[in-house]
Amino acid sequence: MNISPYFFYGFGGIAIACSLLVILKRNPVASAFSLVMVFFAFAGIYALLDAHLIATLQIFVYAGAIMVLFIFVIMLLNADVPSFDLGRTHLGIRIAAGLLSVATLALFIWAFSTTQLTPPVDQFTPERIEAAGGNTQVVSELMFSEYILPFELTSVLLLAAIVGAVAIAKRKLSEGRS
Amino acid sequence: MSVEPWVVLSFCAMIFFIGFTGVLIRRNILVVLMSIELMLNAVNLTFVTFSKHLQHMGGQMSVFFVITVAAAESAVGLGLVIAMFRTLRSVDTDQIQFLKE
Repeated sequence: MNISPYFFYGFGGIAIACSLLVILKRNPVASAFSLVMVFFAFAGIYALLDAHLIATLQIFVYAGAIMVLFIFVIMLLNADVPSFDLGRTHLGIRIAAGLLSVATLALFIWAFSTTQLTPPVDQFTPERIEAAGGNTQVVSELMFSEYILPFELTSVLLLAAIVGAVAIAKRKLSEGRS
Repeated sequence: MSVEPWVVLSFCAMIFFIGFTGVLIRRNILVVLMSIELMLNAVNLTFVTFSKHLQHMGGQMSVFFVITVAAAESAVGLGLVIAMFRTLRSVDTDQIQFLKE
């Protein structure tokens, strides 16, 4: 794929380093801010891959809406729990788990690097997308023509999520138990 | 100069595994939810990579719907976290032991 390796490895390095910080930092607020950095790095990679609409949505929805929700909940709960306790697991099990996960990752990378990828369908070459008015125009036209049914179903899903979130967060679960 | 698709796919697999490890080793339920977001992002990037490689827009449409589902999931998930904190006064996943009692 014709993308700049410097930008890709730059954004990729930021994403990997910050996602390690997400799972290793003890303070949830620090994890949340590392996660924001991961989202921005991912938006950069989407832009590199010519997915401009997805890159913008990534910043609006993930780095904007979802992260604000996370920060609000962290502030609201104000729960300062030490949540990172590897010491309870047996040392041998920890080493075995680490080796197994690294081996699985190596298997993935080996499979990706040796598999012959399907040749392009050539339906939306960069030239055709450029002629049709750019990535955003092409994706939007598809969204309101070919993918109109899932798009409309999305609104039902969001409505159900709003009602469900309010119903769950409002009710006191402890009322049922003594 | 260009980047091969398998490099990007391997990068996605790494991020996915980091998120997966986070779900397994963390006990703070907020960080578990953040790790789930990491995994969803890795899958989104895989979709976009194949969309770019195959020159087909279906991948980017899928990413749009995954982002919507992720937003709904985090809203409901954080509602559940608040309900859990009301009941247990804790966000530690080890405290969820109702079935034991």
